[in-house]
Amino acid sequence: MSKKTKITGIVVAVLVFLGLSTWYLARTNIPILEPKGTIALKERNLLFFGLGLSAIIVIPVFVLLFTFVWRYRETNSKSHARYRPDLDHSVLTEALWWLIPSILIAILSVVTWRSSHTLDPYRPIASKTPTMTIQVISMDWKWLFVYPNQHIAAVNLAEFPVNTPIRFEVTSDSVMNSFWIPQLGSQIYSMPGMATKVYLMATSAGSYKGYSANISGKGFAGMMFTAKATSRKTFLEWVQQVHRTPRHLTLAAYNQLNKPSEYNPVSYYSDPVNNLYVKIIDKYMSRPQANVLKNGHSNDVHSKNSNYSSMNSMGTL
Amino acid sequence: MSTSTTVQADDQKPVLGFWIYLMTDCVLFASLFATYAVLFRNTSGGPSGYQLFSLKNALTETLVLLTSSFTCGLAMLAAHKGKKRQTMAWFIVTFVLGVTFLILELTEFHHFIQMGDSWRRSGFLSAFFTLVGTHGLHITVGLFWMLVMLWRLARTGLGKATIRRLTMLSMFWHFLDIVWIFIFTIVYLRGMIAP
Amino acid sequence: MIGFAGLIDGFAGLLGKLSLNQLPHNPITAGGALTVVGGVVTVALVITYLKRWKWLWKEWLTSLDPKRIGVMYIVVAIVMLVRAGIDALMMRGQQAISVGSSHGYLSSNHFQQVFSAHGTIMIFFVAMGLMFGAINLIMPLQIGSRDVAFPFMNSISFWLFFAGVVLVNLSLVIGDFSAAGWLAYPPLSELRYSPTVGVDYWIWSLQIAGIGSLLSGINFLTTIIKMRCKGMSLMKMPMFVWSVMGSMSLVVFAFPILTVTLTLLYLDRTFGTHFFTAGGGGNMMMYVNLIWAWGHPEVYILILPAFGVFSEVVASLSRKRLFGYTSMVWAIWAIVLLSFTVWLHHFFTMGAGADVNGFFGIMTMIIAIPTGVKIFNWLFTMYRGKILMATPMKWFLGFVVLFTIGGVAGVLMAIPPVDFQLHNSLFLVAHFHTMIVSGVLFGYYAGIVYWFPKFTGFRLNERFGNYAYWCWLIGFILAFVPLYILGFMGATRRLDHYSASTGWQPLFIVAGIGAGIIAIGLAMQFLQLITSIRDRKKNRDTTGDPWNARTLEWSVPSPVPFYNFALTPEVDTRDAFWAFKQTQKAGSNNEPQTYESITLPKNTSIGLIVGTCAFFFGFGAVWHIPWLCVLGLVGIITAIIVRANQHNTEYHISAERLAQMDHDARNAQRGYA
Repeated sequence: MSKKTKITGIVVAVLVFLGLSTWYLARTNIPILEPKGTIALKERNLLFFGLGLSAIIVIPVFVLLFTFVWRYRETNSKSHARYRPDLDHSVLTEALWWLIPSILIAILSVVTWRSSHTLDPYRPIASKTPTMTIQVISMDWKWLFVYPNQHIAAVNLAEFPVNTPIRFEVTSDSVMNSFWIPQLGSQIYSMPGMATKVYLMATSAGSYKGYSANISGKGFAGMMFTAKATSRKTFLEWVQQVHRTPRHLTLAAYNQLNKPSEYNPVSYYSDPVNNLYVKIIDKYMSRPQANVLKNGHSNDVHSKNSNYSSMNSMGTL
Repeated sequence: MSTSTTVQADDQKPVLGFWIYLMTDCVLFASLFATYAVLFRNTSGGPSGYQLFSLKNALTETLVLLTSSFTCGLAMLAAHKGKKRQTMAWFIVTFVLGVTFLILELTEFHHFIQMGDSWRRSGFLSAFFTLVGTHGLHITVGLFWMLVMLWRLARTGLGKATIRRLTMLSMFWHFLDIVWIFIFTIVYLRGMIAP
Repeated sequence: MIGFAGLIDGFAGLLGKLSLNQLPHNPITAGGALTVVGGVVTVALVITYLKRWKWLWKEWLTSLDPKRIGVMYIVVAIVMLVRAGIDALMMRGQQAISVGSSHGYLSSNHFQQVFSAHGTIMIFFVAMGLMFGAINLIMPLQIGSRDVAFPFMNSISFWLFFAGVVLVNLSLVIGDFSAAGWLAYPPLSELRYSPTVGVDYWIWSLQIAGIGSLLSGINFLTTIIKMRCKGMSLMKMPMFVWSVMGSMSLVVFAFPILTVTLTLLYLDRTFGTHFFTAGGGGNMMMYVNLIWAWGHPEVYILILPAFGVFSEVVASLSRKRLFGYTSMVWAIWAIVLLSFTVWLHHFFTMGAGADVNGFFGIMTMIIAIPTGVKIFNWLFTMYRGKILMATPMKWFLGFVVLFTIGGVAGVLMAIPPVDFQLHNSLFLVAHFHTMIVSGVLFGYYAGIVYWFPKFTGFRLNERFGNYAYWCWLIGFILAFVPLYILGFMGATRRLDHYSASTGWQPLFIVAGIGAGIIAIGLAMQFLQLITSIRDRKKNRDTTGDPWNARTLEWSVPSPVPFYNFALTPEVDTRDAFWAFKQTQKAGSNNEPQTYESITLPKNTSIGLIVGTCAFFFGFGAVWHIPWLCVLGLVGIITAIIVRANQHNTEYHISAERLAQMDHDARNAQRGYA
């Protein structure tokens, strides 16, 4: 096989591979690049902006790299006359590559500072529609969504009206997780004993995948949920329907649910206990006197051996 | 390269290395102080420093350790003068003071634990025991080192290498003294202010 | 007073938590255990068969020669590269097939152990090992020194590193490894959620190896400050030495934080403290801050010396002085300082608030400036040079391309709102692999090919080197470009299973193929080594300076004699050897005219003993066997005291003998032997 056929072969193989890849990617959903929410859209635009700005540096680097390597290779005897073994500095050019990146970074810094504030997950989204609250609790290994004003709760499904700002109040009744719906935007950590928040708003109706982005143990991979943005009417119907669920989210039912389980299907509860969310956080805050919430994990080595662990007192009653 | 510079360089290397080590120890204590500062209010229903600490005890510990630093300095002065017996005597005094400090500290720990306020009680107590205990552990190491050096002194006398090691030991001891001043201020004095 | 034992969880009898039940049961874990045991037994048998035990003991295990210690670091690191590489293949295999109704061939817990081990080993025992190996081999030679400042401590550092290696691999045989990721965030890593000994193995292998690294940091920093040859002022040091100085300064400031963090986690797990627990007054966010206050500088600890290697390789192979030396030095120190001001970018998603996020985002971007300066300086080192396209240069070119792309990904993620969408996704995984594989691994690969003839006396086979390079480059692109895209598709890291509707599978399959090609690349490197050893006569380096290079290490015969320099050199410029060659007529040599007697440290087994005792201590701590801990500790203390009071730890070589040896070494290199 001649060198030419070899090169042609490689080029054809690469092109076919790239073509196939493009074809596949074009018909596949790429959530972060196809945002369905206000926050995700702004974040994607920011991503593109950063990419464009970086190109100002990256393209010259690649051009210089390939030019220099090609021109000054040892086997290229034409360039030997230009060989300057002692050329080791140039104040002007060096100043240039301290300066130009600095300017680009300065621009990017301004954008970073501003966007950190405008896209702060804690910042409410301005909208004519009033904000709705959903409380999110990560458990081993599922998500519980409590609707404090609608008095319902759902496992691994969050339904909400489209074009309505949603305040997700996030905590954990287990280890750290990260609450993330890529097509709607910003993720936020869920941590036991702590409340974090993220405001999101879907701009078109649809079912979006949600994940935990932080490893949380054995059943971690199964912590996927569905975020469903619907019309207000459909949402209200859904609320009514869940409301009729005979299963109430009593403390006993909660403790039952809190036991570790994997790949949970969607399920519904009506009438969650008052202030359930706050109770879950309080459980980790200080030594509670008589807390009725149990810890999910029964294989609790602490409670077997220790009389000191304050966690233990939580597990008993 | 002449021989004299070689010897001099040899003398300086361990001392410089030891300075760098002390710097790493500074970072170690800084991390523990930071931990303590973070967990200071996390009493989790247990006692706070205000309820727990006795300033009298802490002050006694401080005085004992400061004095031991002073006697350690005297020991080094004697060592540089080549007075072996005097050096040993001052180091023995330093050693006794160091042991006294440790006993005071352990008594305090024992007292807390007996009241049920061990490190298991709260984040605050975990940080307290670990920070103060790490210092105490360093003191123990220092005391042990002192014993070994006393044994070496008794056996070989004040050679150049021995003086170099004594210098490092005294650096270590003064360093622990400084760390204790921070503990006294940040843990005990600060703890005395009502939360 | 409460009994000591009562305050340790899981303390039960003489053997603590240890029992036969801890041996692996399922076929895959048992396979892992058998591989480890089989490997160790095979190596032992081969050594016995070749009757090499005495040689091994005298020439290597007890050696205080930094070159020997450096080689041992690299050998261990390469073995660990294979181990962690197998982990990577297992992960890629699982993720390629574990879709929808299939759950792959690994249980989720096992999968999690595999990626935790992969990350831990790659960083601590591969990258760190290659780095310390390179420093031990090159740095003393480049500053014109015979040794490091504390040769005995150097041996302890290595054996502590090795004790960590043994612990991490022992977890395959008895017990299990951490399943909480390579940084083991609590509360997942707390006893409540990780009740087995896995996390303890993780803690103690890192703790012991980490203390070894800390000692190395002190050692090398002192060496650079105190042991440079006459005339080598700071601004005349080779760039590799500068980068080591920067890196070791970071070690000295960062590793104590790791020591504290690991200790506190262990106290939580074993003594019931509440540093990071959920509840009881613990604060898990403090752990995340502490571990990254060490973890981010750690990245630069690994990469700076690799940058140093590139600086040497590019200058030598372009046959030019390094461009912008002063800029390079400033860039290193800018990186050193900045690396302590960016740790929070690892958790923008923890809800720290806009001001904090904005600040750390901007600090992170600023690091791109000195890094960019370094890249431009390397490029202009090639400008108007005569570039020899040998494999070290190729690794460099691959590095520039990949590192620039990875750098862009890094700058993007430094914008907090963008990070909110990419954090903990496979985009992040692709980003840091791009940085570490191209920046760190490629760097040390370039260094290995470049310096190999200096230490063995023969060159590495270029043909297999070339194959290896292309496999790595193409394999890398195939393995990690899909991960960037998967990140955009919402794929989070560490998933042992995903649903078919995600559309991720084809990309995972491509990534798996890429990983396979990388594995072929690694195999090519082994072939390269084997064929080079086979053809060592043909590949002999008769000049001692095969690349026509610039720095002092090339002025001594190849392989470097154990005393490095017969006569300590004196320099008056940068690139001293290059300058020397310019002033000499062709064919003249740099053989000294007069010799002086020299002093070198004798071999000692105490470093090995300290390492062994540290292993016992670690093992006891993992399995809650207090007496073993005490035994280990007493052993360490006794060994140190014995060493401190040993006389005659050094030996002398007379001027005449040295002259004879030096003469022989030069003749051997020329092939007259």
